[in-house]
Amino acid sequence: MLRYFLKRLLSLGLSLVAASIVIFLALEVVPGDPAAYMLGLNAQEDTLAALRQELGLTGSILQRYLSWTGGLLTGDFGVSYTYRTPVAEMIGDRLWVSLPLALYALTLSTLIAFPAGIWAASRRGSYVDASVMGVTQLGVAIPNFWFAMLMVLVFAINLRWFSAGGFPGWDAGFFVAMKALTLPAIALALPQASILTRVMRSSLLDTLGEDFIRTARAKGLNRRQALWRHALRNALIPVLTIMGLQFSFLLAGAIIIENVFFLPGLGRLVFQSISARDIIVVESIVMLLVFAVIMVNFAVDMAYALVDPRLRRRR
Amino acid sequence: MKLRMLGSGLVSVVALAVGMGVAHAKSDLTIALQLEPPHLDPTSAAAGAIDSVLYSNVFEGLTRFGPDGSVNPGLAESWTVSDDGKTYTFKLHSGVKFHDGTDMTAEDVKFTLDRARAEDSQNAQKALFSGIESVEAVDPLTVKVTLSAPDGSFPFNMAWGDAVIVAPETIGDIKTKPVGTGAFRFSDWTQGDKIELEKNADYWGTPAKLDKATFKFISDPTAAFAAVMAEDVDAFAGFPAPENLPQFEADPRFQVLVGSTEGETILSINNKLPPLDDIKVREAIAHAIDRQAIIDGAMFGYGTPIGTHFAPHHPDYVDLTANSAHDPELAKKLLAEAGYPDGFTTTLKLPPPSYARRGGEIIAAQLRAVGIETEITNLEWAQWLEQVFKGKDFGLTIVSHTEPMDIGIYARPDYYFQYQNPEFNKVIEDLTLANDPEERSALLKQAQEMISKDYVNGYLFQLAFPTVANAKIKGLWKNQPTQATDLTAVHWEE
Repeated sequence: MLRYFLKRLLSLGLSLVAASIVIFLALEVVPGDPAAYMLGLNAQEDTLAALRQELGLTGSILQRYLSWTGGLLTGDFGVSYTYRTPVAEMIGDRLWVSLPLALYALTLSTLIAFPAGIWAASRRGSYVDASVMGVTQLGVAIPNFWFAMLMVLVFAINLRWFSAGGFPGWDAGFFVAMKALTLPAIALALPQASILTRVMRSSLLDTLGEDFIRTARAKGLNRRQALWRHALRNALIPVLTIMGLQFSFLLAGAIIIENVFFLPGLGRLVFQSISARDIIVVESIVMLLVFAVIMVNFAVDMAYALVDPRLRRRR
Repeated sequence: MKLRMLGSGLVSVVALAVGMGVAHAKSDLTIALQLEPPHLDPTSAAAGAIDSVLYSNVFEGLTRFGPDGSVNPGLAESWTVSDDGKTYTFKLHSGVKFHDGTDMTAEDVKFTLDRARAEDSQNAQKALFSGIESVEAVDPLTVKVTLSAPDGSFPFNMAWGDAVIVAPETIGDIKTKPVGTGAFRFSDWTQGDKIELEKNADYWGTPAKLDKATFKFISDPTAAFAAVMAEDVDAFAGFPAPENLPQFEADPRFQVLVGSTEGETILSINNKLPPLDDIKVREAIAHAIDRQAIIDGAMFGYGTPIGTHFAPHHPDYVDLTANSAHDPELAKKLLAEAGYPDGFTTTLKLPPPSYARRGGEIIAAQLRAVGIETEITNLEWAQWLEQVFKGKDFGLTIVSHTEPMDIGIYARPDYYFQYQNPEFNKVIEDLTLANDPEERSALLKQAQEMISKDYVNGYLFQLAFPTVANAKIKGLWKNQPTQATDLTAVHWEE
């Protein structure tokens, strides 16, 4: 187990270094001068030069890469070009919206997908199975921003149960804040839940066809007992993989939903920073997301090993 | 907000109960804007969003723009000009205090102007201050500004958001904790979400009628519509979805104000790039354009046609739209005369705003009708600034020039559309030196006519500024003589 862990850890470190180089170089070649963006159409050349100097945009590429990554290692993410506040602080503030939103959506999608997937699998071929498959087909096909707008129209504009968007902050109270995140979380969770349900169902059905289930059935367990006692645990591996991917997606990919609900989250910050050429913010957030994805994958790998003892022995 | 969640029955009971007494007017306001300021220092960025929140509300200049674009006294109650037009002596209001409690004096004015014109200044409109030779604090309430040459537009320049008065003690934190002299003081900023202002109880002038004002930032047009409809916000200044305005107009809960702006939306032409360097070709382009079709198609009918680079609401505006009336046949004839009977192909590079993206498609179709093919490229702002504005790598582009009274850009030798006409430069030079209002007016009219007849650019329309607000709100600015959301006179009427 320890060797498996260390090996994974090493590949994690290498991935991070590779990612930092790719991110830095990719953003370096994107055209657009942050100083020109900030000072607009009437700026004079000496004003631009003064600003570039202050923003630290004058050194060589290698110098800037080293100072950026050096800062990251010590937790110093630099100062935003446009907002002029420390990037770490900005990301921290935005994470307090994006992280709870992602967790909320993941929880909702899990709460829907697990029972639905198991139910459909345990009644394979029945009317229940067909309806679950039909509904999830629809859930996968509907774009989540469209669904989000539909919910705003119904629950905010017509019924007035929720506000159309915005985030009052956690200071306003836990339930007030959670209420503001509810519509966005549902919009994000619906397609995820549909995918997860389908993965859960097919993974369970695959497992039910394996030898060890046949053995269990031969020993006298009925189909349902075999499913709960033996199949479920083994069917979780692909489900965990998908959940890991979904969590990273939810954290990074909520850009559209954060715009529809004007939430001050990470996705919206990335969006704004890209258009303002606030490269240091984009670099840091992308790096953080890469880190999150790699960590989630790492955690999923560890979870595999726990669920399936064969994995730790083999490697 | 929460009241609205109760049933309307309960609301009427409450209303009945207090009906006999004095109705208590609402004293706070939530107003939405599309863009969030990057930081809060109006004197070191070009972002109009900074002025939208802070101009006149938190920061004030020596002079200030009125709702009609006129230049009025601000922190300076009066000023005199020396006979040679080079020395301005400003008399400051007494008893003006910054929000931190310190007095605003002539020393602060000197600090502000010297900082803006300094070598390492990051003022985006440094040109406004470039004519200043020296600033002298004569006594605490008198400032003498000496210019290197007469400049009739100096009081106008001092009304810009980039010229607001700041104090040396608070300049270090100005980007996150702005301290000004205005009727509102800055209270809180949740980045990505909202900025809150509160009434300044010690204001030197007419106090604000609101106790609290919250600016919320909603960039997505669909979200903007939802926020106003759900009454999450009380008003939306610069509403981004003109297609929804008729719906608000029909709803008695709302009022819609459609004002004018300083934004001349133009089809900019690269005057140095063949065949666009030929005046006949540019004239042909101008006649190929049907302005009303663009206003209707891209702006849902909101916008005023223009024939030159000048705001129609200004008293000196001359209507020159006839110079470039829609006439495709004439356009084809002119192209043939210029040696392009079969037309030609050029680029059309479009920045993100919808006036450019939607307008671009329509203009491309109109140009195609006379034989001019355009290769459309959609660019982000940063790319547009790099390629088009700085690199001058374009044939045609569409952009709104939102700086007030900026006809002077046509005299700049290196400006992106690369127009060069010594006679025009002379007019602008004379204008700068002129102090007499009539002389200035005549020169401004002459300048408008010259660029119209030289067909420097395709002049499309003046950008409209729609504001949607709760019907009970009074005192909002309709027009946008500068990018401000002046809330100092806004109040609720029962």
